[in-house]
Amino acid sequence: MKVTVTIDRRPEIADPEGTTVRRALHDLGFGEVTAVRMDRVIHLEVEGEDAAGVRARVEDMCRQVLANPVLEDFEVEVTA
Amino acid sequence: MRAAVVVFPGVNCEHDVVHALRSLGGDADLVWHKETNLSGFDGVVLPGGFAHGDALRTGAIARFSPVMSEVGRLADEGAPVLGICNGWQVLCETGLLPGAHIANRDLSFICRFVEVEVIDTNSVLTRQARPGQVLRIPLNSYEGNWVDPSGEARVVLRYVEDPNGSQDRAAAICNERGNVVGVMPHPERAFDELLGSSDGQVLLEGFLHSLVPA
Amino acid sequence: MTTATEVVHRRLGMTDDEYRSVVAILGRDPRPAELAMYSVMWSEHCSYKSSRSLLGRFPTEAPWVVVGPGENAGVVDLGDGWLAAIRIESHNHPSFVEPYQGAATGVGGILRDVFTMGARPVALWDQIRFGPLDQPKNRYLFKGVVAGIAGYGNAVGVPTVGGEIELDDCYSGNPLVNVMCLGIMRRDQLVLGTAGEPGAVAILLGNATGRDGIGGASVLASASFDESSGEKRPAVQVGDPFAEKKLIEACLELYDRGLVVGVQDLGAAGLSCAISEPAGRAGVGIDVDLDAVHTRETGMTAPELLMSESQERMMAFVSPEMVADVLAVASKWEIDSAVVGTVRAGGTLTIRHGGDIVAEVPAASLADDAPRYDRPAARPLGLDDLQSRSFDGSDLDVAATLCDLLADPAIGSSGWVHEQYDHMLFLNTVVGPGADGNLLRIKGTEKALAVSTDGNGRLCALDPRIGSARLVYEAALNVAVVGARPLALVDNLNFGNPEKPEVMWQLAESIAGISEACEALGIPVVGGNVSLYNETDGVDINPTPVVGILGLSDPMPTNPPRLGRARAGMEVWEIGPVATGNLDGSTVQRLHGELGGAPTPPDPGMARRIVDIAAALAHTAPVLHDISDGGLAVALAEICIVSGVGATVESEHPFSEDPHRLLAVVPPGTLSADPVTRRIGAMGGDDLVVNAASVALDHCADLWHGALSRALAG
Repeated sequence: MKVTVTIDRRPEIADPEGTTVRRALHDLGFGEVTAVRMDRVIHLEVEGEDAAGVRARVEDMCRQVLANPVLEDFEVEVTA
Repeated sequence: MRAAVVVFPGVNCEHDVVHALRSLGGDADLVWHKETNLSGFDGVVLPGGFAHGDALRTGAIARFSPVMSEVGRLADEGAPVLGICNGWQVLCETGLLPGAHIANRDLSFICRFVEVEVIDTNSVLTRQARPGQVLRIPLNSYEGNWVDPSGEARVVLRYVEDPNGSQDRAAAICNERGNVVGVMPHPERAFDELLGSSDGQVLLEGFLHSLVPA
Repeated sequence: MTTATEVVHRRLGMTDDEYRSVVAILGRDPRPAELAMYSVMWSEHCSYKSSRSLLGRFPTEAPWVVVGPGENAGVVDLGDGWLAAIRIESHNHPSFVEPYQGAATGVGGILRDVFTMGARPVALWDQIRFGPLDQPKNRYLFKGVVAGIAGYGNAVGVPTVGGEIELDDCYSGNPLVNVMCLGIMRRDQLVLGTAGEPGAVAILLGNATGRDGIGGASVLASASFDESSGEKRPAVQVGDPFAEKKLIEACLELYDRGLVVGVQDLGAAGLSCAISEPAGRAGVGIDVDLDAVHTRETGMTAPELLMSESQERMMAFVSPEMVADVLAVASKWEIDSAVVGTVRAGGTLTIRHGGDIVAEVPAASLADDAPRYDRPAARPLGLDDLQSRSFDGSDLDVAATLCDLLADPAIGSSGWVHEQYDHMLFLNTVVGPGADGNLLRIKGTEKALAVSTDGNGRLCALDPRIGSARLVYEAALNVAVVGARPLALVDNLNFGNPEKPEVMWQLAESIAGISEACEALGIPVVGGNVSLYNETDGVDINPTPVVGILGLSDPMPTNPPRLGRARAGMEVWEIGPVATGNLDGSTVQRLHGELGGAPTPPDPGMARRIVDIAAALAHTAPVLHDISDGGLAVALAEICIVSGVGATVESEHPFSEDPHRLLAVVPPGTLSADPVTRRIGAMGGDDLVVNAASVALDHCADLWHGALSRALAG
């Protein structure tokens, strides 16, 4: 099954890279951008037939290693 | 014959490069990245560091700085344009050199001396060196791993032993004309036996000898 | 009668007595924002309330001290118009929570302490301590901390040129991350943290303010404290080295052009500290408008704005006619700036938010009136017993023990760590990582600065006074072996829970030991940091003072001694007192026994003599190497491995770690024997031979080069 994991920096945590990219966009004339957050997407292919079971396992992966709970939240989407 | 050493926010090797060039009797000045007129300069160095904090991709934002159109003009005119470390990354993002850089194969920053062999002396960086000459130069980078699907570049310096996975063990490449060069190790850091090596002098001498008044 | 704010003060970590002191100072109950300011300024980390009375013991004066303890960094005179600024700090607890960011923000903080004085930061050192690396959690912390120091230090563009690693069980729940920074400036560039005169303008420079490092607003939001309101975890501080680099360059440009009257960095206690300390120093007050502070979160309350520990911020105090130029410099460097206040006569901080006055406090009281606790101190009950358990290493197999030592991750090469740090930037690093003392030249002069940092928790656990004194003597010898005379000391005192009398005793003894050694060598203490409450589940860390000594070499040796300069045919000499054979507190005891016994006490007269001999010999000897962890055998092995040549020596006590001893490797005829100078062997061959026990040099090299990376592979 295909699983998409989105790892987002928690909103109250500073995002220096996002700030720098926003400034660069403004310098290039894209002043309409008010905020930029640099987050990560991980695509997984996982053996298994049962979407709920696969989701639970991937959530375990996120809690254990893929995401850092001190800084990040995660979302799991089973797509196929 | 003056060299412009460009300062993007976040570069940190600019003073070292000026120090090295001046120690060889060269004339070098710092130029802020917003400068739009390099008519008083005969060549350019883009020094190492972390332009714009490497945000998005290394060199990705620096290529849009106002000074880069002048750098492009000088490159087109055949003037020497040298990118060291982060500077090479900026030249790739700008398209003045082919390819791009990714993280070192072993995924950690490398700070140590490496040996590079002179492969091709037909470039502004290597013209004073001898083919086959082995030079001891410091490598200090995280994204020193150059990849180039196009195969267009000429390798002018090659690592004797692969430190980072760079394609073709390329430590320095140049464009077809030989006036635009990107080098990953830092020649300016190999200028004094007291600090471990003076092998970098022959490389920057090549650059200085290439500065011809426009 | 208990008011709502009185309950709140305990949530902020204040005692009832501290609360009553605030009431007495203000003549009334404090407003929430005022309580917030006192709670952070009077916290242990900011006020040193448990240690301040003891810190007065340190000798702090010398003719070359320009700025002593009390400012953001210590500053010493190097002669010929050159000044050096130096500071050491800890970021222990944050590094346990989030090792990368905890270490990264520790680097950021120490840099700001130095460039706030007017100096360009030119070098960093890290002193890191973890539990044994056979435990995955400790490996995780180790790798995270090193990655954080590398990530921040390299990107901000300041070389990390040395450091030290210690591994011990007691740090498993309490890793220690200390960072030291050196800056250099010309005398006319010195800037102090003063608010200047009435009419001066306070300008906040740098990153936007968020809720970094503070709890949820509910604690202070209203008079009715509602336990169900769901307090948020404090936002972990994230380092932004790019912003810091821009801040460094902008500040240096401000100083160069004489545009500021005073500068203060925002560290612990954030804005509260950055307005109160400069005002207190200048004897003035400041009108502050919190609405002007640039923020990255909406709806921040006054207490939050005053407590926030958002990173990469500085406060500049500027004469009114310079304000436009200062804002232009900030803009050029793409740094946000905000005019947040005006300096007034009198000593009151008057702070407004949303149009209302939210705080009116005497500026000086926040720093000066912090409580001082003389907590009870008592020698640990088990110490006599511990000191009686001496280690007998007489039946140790020399070859096997040497191999065990070389393979130990805290003894083996630190290359895995220091090759991740750019230690070459700025072209000043003459003697870099892996040496006893690091040597940095000052280009355009004959001067060079030497730095050594040293700590040893086990030795200090056995005897805090002797252990701490020995650190000073070792660091002094480490700068002497690169040709420098010790000039100044900074200390980072990492201890356990000060509410325990044993810990307070350890702290007092340690301070006494450091002071005695400094007085014996004529070295002033120019600054320091205290980190307390390093305990987990009631178990404290070993008392772990870390000292950093700055030395001056003028003129610098033209060819300094290096571990790699030994050649076959050279002689190996031992300099210093004869080894006693005492292995108590030693690395061999750590590997093959239990901590116990009494460490060899230092000998101040001998220390001075050996430091002088080493500093002089550094101009001619190819190799000088301090004998410390692992004793003479390990010191010799390191020389042989780095030089690529074996040696044969005789040594009665090859593993003892007595103080004031070093090895010299010199061409024949260089040295002659005297009571403190003895030839013990020669360089040559492919083996390291100690007392006829032989180990192949290649094998030594394999063990030593791979020790740390093998341990980290798990």
